[in-house]
Amino acid sequence: MEIYLFFLFGGIAVVGALAMVFNKNAVHSALFLLLTLVMIAGLYVLLNAQFIAVAQIMVYAGAIVVLILFVVMLLGAELGESIPRWLTLRNSVMVLLALVFLTVSGTAVYDWLYSTQPITGTVTDEVIARQGSVQLVGESLFTQFLLPFELASILLLVGIIGVVVLGGWRLVQHRQRGE
Amino acid sequence: MEQIINWLANILSNASWWGLPVEPAASVIVWAVYGFILALVVAPMAMIVLTWLERKIIARIQDRIGPNRAGPFGIMQAMADAIKMLTKEDITPLGADRIPFNIGPGLAAVASILIFAVLPVAPGLIGTDLSIGIFYVVAVGAFSILGILMSGWSSNNKYALLGAFRAVSQLVSYEVPMVIALITVAVVAGSMSTLTITENQTLASGGWYIFAMPLTFLIFFLASVAEVGRSPFDLLEADSEIVAGFHVEYSGLKFGLFMISEYVHALAVAALSATLFLGGWNGPGVAQAVAASPFWGGVLGFVYYLLKMGIFIFIMMWFRGTLPRFRIDQLLDFGWKLLTPLSLVNLLVMAFIVRLFQPGNVSMGAEIPAGPLASWGGIGQTITMLVASVLLVFLTTLVVRAFARRSRARGFRAIAAIEN
Amino acid sequence: MTAIEIPALNFAALLPLFIVVGTGLLVVVLDLFIADKKSLGWLSLFGVILAAIVGNMQQGGAGFDPAFQNVSLLDGYANFFNIIFLSTAALSILVALGYLGRVGLHRGEYYALLLFATSGMMAMGMATDLMVVFIGLETMSIALYVMSALNRHSRPSGEAGIKYFLMGSFASAFLLYGMALTYGATGSTNFSDIGSVLTAGTVAPMAMLGLGLLLVGFAFKVAAVPFQWWTPDVYHGAPTAVTTFMSVGAKAAGFATLMRLLMVSFPAFAVDWQLAIAVLAVLTMTLGNVAALAQKDVKRMLAYSSIAHAGYILVGVAAATTEGIKSVLFYLLIYAFMNIGAFAVVGVLEQKEAIGTKLTEYAGLARKNPWLAMVMALFLFSLTGFPPLAGFWGKLYIFRAAVNADLTWLAVVAVINSGVAAFYYLSVIVQMYMKPAADDAPEILPSTPATRIALAVAGLAVVLIGILPASLVDMVAKGVFG
Repeated sequence: MEIYLFFLFGGIAVVGALAMVFNKNAVHSALFLLLTLVMIAGLYVLLNAQFIAVAQIMVYAGAIVVLILFVVMLLGAELGESIPRWLTLRNSVMVLLALVFLTVSGTAVYDWLYSTQPITGTVTDEVIARQGSVQLVGESLFTQFLLPFELASILLLVGIIGVVVLGGWRLVQHRQRGE
Repeated sequence: MEQIINWLANILSNASWWGLPVEPAASVIVWAVYGFILALVVAPMAMIVLTWLERKIIARIQDRIGPNRAGPFGIMQAMADAIKMLTKEDITPLGADRIPFNIGPGLAAVASILIFAVLPVAPGLIGTDLSIGIFYVVAVGAFSILGILMSGWSSNNKYALLGAFRAVSQLVSYEVPMVIALITVAVVAGSMSTLTITENQTLASGGWYIFAMPLTFLIFFLASVAEVGRSPFDLLEADSEIVAGFHVEYSGLKFGLFMISEYVHALAVAALSATLFLGGWNGPGVAQAVAASPFWGGVLGFVYYLLKMGIFIFIMMWFRGTLPRFRIDQLLDFGWKLLTPLSLVNLLVMAFIVRLFQPGNVSMGAEIPAGPLASWGGIGQTITMLVASVLLVFLTTLVVRAFARRSRARGFRAIAAIEN
Repeated sequence: MTAIEIPALNFAALLPLFIVVGTGLLVVVLDLFIADKKSLGWLSLFGVILAAIVGNMQQGGAGFDPAFQNVSLLDGYANFFNIIFLSTAALSILVALGYLGRVGLHRGEYYALLLFATSGMMAMGMATDLMVVFIGLETMSIALYVMSALNRHSRPSGEAGIKYFLMGSFASAFLLYGMALTYGATGSTNFSDIGSVLTAGTVAPMAMLGLGLLLVGFAFKVAAVPFQWWTPDVYHGAPTAVTTFMSVGAKAAGFATLMRLLMVSFPAFAVDWQLAIAVLAVLTMTLGNVAALAQKDVKRMLAYSSIAHAGYILVGVAAATTEGIKSVLFYLLIYAFMNIGAFAVVGVLEQKEAIGTKLTEYAGLARKNPWLAMVMALFLFSLTGFPPLAGFWGKLYIFRAAVNADLTWLAVVAVINSGVAAFYYLSVIVQMYMKPAADDAPEILPSTPATRIALAVAGLAVVLIGILPASLVDMVAKGVFG
């Protein structure tokens, strides 16, 4: 049953990703992106990571894709430049390279899964049932990964300052002129 | 596989309530189907009843009688409206983007209905008790924004698009204080599970959270009303400005889905407020009744729950009857410059008080010392939080007044400068 | 309710990082109240110097233990890189103090972003865990994206920002994918744990693939061919003060992590990555130098030259020996001084709207401003690798490391490349000293004291290291890990 669900979620995610890339309408692309991300959230649930799954939905459906859609709609950039021909030499080379990469990475991962012993972590179903997934995430954030967690706050601050620097330009000019 | 059954199928089913002797596997599927049908039936019914109620209440506020012809108290008026809506022609505009246009309303309605999955409506009756309950509520609510945005854009109508823009800026902005208020509740309750939060609000452990955290409640409720997009935050529809906003091109059943979405979402907000701040189904005599008979105890709890929901529903309708609509810049200012910072300060203060009152325990091999005031117990914590909240409200008033005075003085100076 | 026990933390080991971050926060806050943005620049400079002093005082003290659950380590290696980052930051602040005001871009946030970018670099230098690497890298990169696009009214600057952002995000995606595969194959994000798993077990193709993707990601960040396409446009379009900072800082940070990662985590694959890096080095040097020959704009020429220098540094990395690490450290510090110096001169000569960076506009500079022409010539000679300037010793150590690691062919290619590079460096000097100025050449605006300090410090460093390389060699010897 689990394996069927995996292929269901995974398959839809892949189809959604392809549709996102090949769609000419930016809004449709964004919606397919969301479909892919929600399906990946489904995969997280299969892996017992319910907290991550819900966080994924909240962050992407609630914020990122909504903002992407907002910007695309606001600029009226739904229909980008039309591509006259798909089958060019450049595109075929790119597709070929992508397929090569896909084969190589697929083989490597497959090989690892079936030849060497997979490494299992300490977080099992039983541990999650006992402690809850939120507690586990919180615990590792505040112990093992405290420094990256704190540095991430600097990262976010940089992002905010960056937006203000680039977006608040007019305001600064107004102020410099003494308005 | 268990976790999937527990997490997805179990959302709408719980066989333990009536103590039915059923196979676990069969019960999951049967109850899932029952729950599914129940949700699909209850949602439109709720919409129908609530529209009637709203028309009646607003009529009273405006010194009218409201619908009174069809049936007793005009209650059949709502049924008639529903039938009218069902039989209307279903129009898809020529320039519309068909697929998002048709998915949008459904997405919005489903998002509202899904919230009920984690709400404990009576002792023993809950869709599923997730350990991340209130986080789930926020995540699912996000889909309604998406539904609105999709339908607003795909209608190919400028008013619809404007409505969708307003919807996004409003919903995204008000999500922030709402989530922080929810985090405050989670910190005080020590859990994100709605069931645990309900059970923590007994008299012994300090009573309902509305007494401990009136400010948190206020922030949460205002932000939630904005999130639903009801008056005075109904800028996304604003019929006097942008006709009807994002659903201007919709008719028939799809329009009905938007109505369902709005009213069920309002209901969900009322239910959530009742769960988080009024103790859910807690009330005098529930515990004893449950001990005597789980079924009748459940019914009593459910009645309490409905009453508490009713209070909030009434308040929302009261808002609509009395308050004028915000302007978009005022709305965003209110959200970002008042509610968000206030909710952050509130979270800090509440977390600090919780630490003061935390009983000592041993967990994961580490001994956690008790807070200095742990001996005061739950009631002491409630009183301290209440005092802190009142103080915070007082300080906020001072700050806001100072700002208002300054900006007013600036306005006077500007006028004086023009006159000179 | 379960409670979490926060483990004991070694804050002291991260003190330099905290000082830089704290100064950045202070600048952000003070920016609201202070109209004179120059004082913010001086404040940032003070914070950077303080961090450098504190970091050096800790050397040999108690700062050597792994800090924060073994995710970061302030060893001699990290400290040496901190010196590189902090001197880069300090000189860039001085350059910015003069440059930004002149082109009308003086904003307090600039210094905050610069400090945060520096803190990201320092985190990368100290990182012994992939998590810290990624967060540090993103902190640095995002700050740099914004700084590149600082001059929003100029199209080249906007183009630089968006190009850097898109390419950088792309590179980060590669890097992240590589990290994910490495984690999947080894079950750890810690450098030394990855290393021990890989050395103990059979060689997993998945880890190899992870290494490959990590290499691609870092190659993007240090602008190695064939992942250098963004570099000329970004370095050319960004405000010169920003180019000064990122052409050195971002590159050094990339190499800091790359070397530690390769030497600690992937010694099992040494044969493979050595070859890959050697090939990258050859391509990078050759393309950088050849493309630089054709440039008519000094700023763009220096951008290509910095690609070529990444190639020389990759030669040292390819050596994969302690001597190689030493030579890279040595080279990076020297490169910081000479490259910043050269870009600072470009900044001084640049007028508004990118006038004054053309090669022909350098004609007759020796007549108009002999001092400026002299320091520029100094930096260019050093970049070429003329003895007895610092650049010569840097190249010498790198080549020696390559020869000692049986990579003589690589050293030969590098020497030939240095010869090619002399052409375009010298052509600038020829313009400055042997061509008369055009009649309509714009006046050279006087440089500010801050810029003069920066030029003097960089110039002195280039000369002093050139005359007395031994002292720096001693310092570098302490900067080797493991």
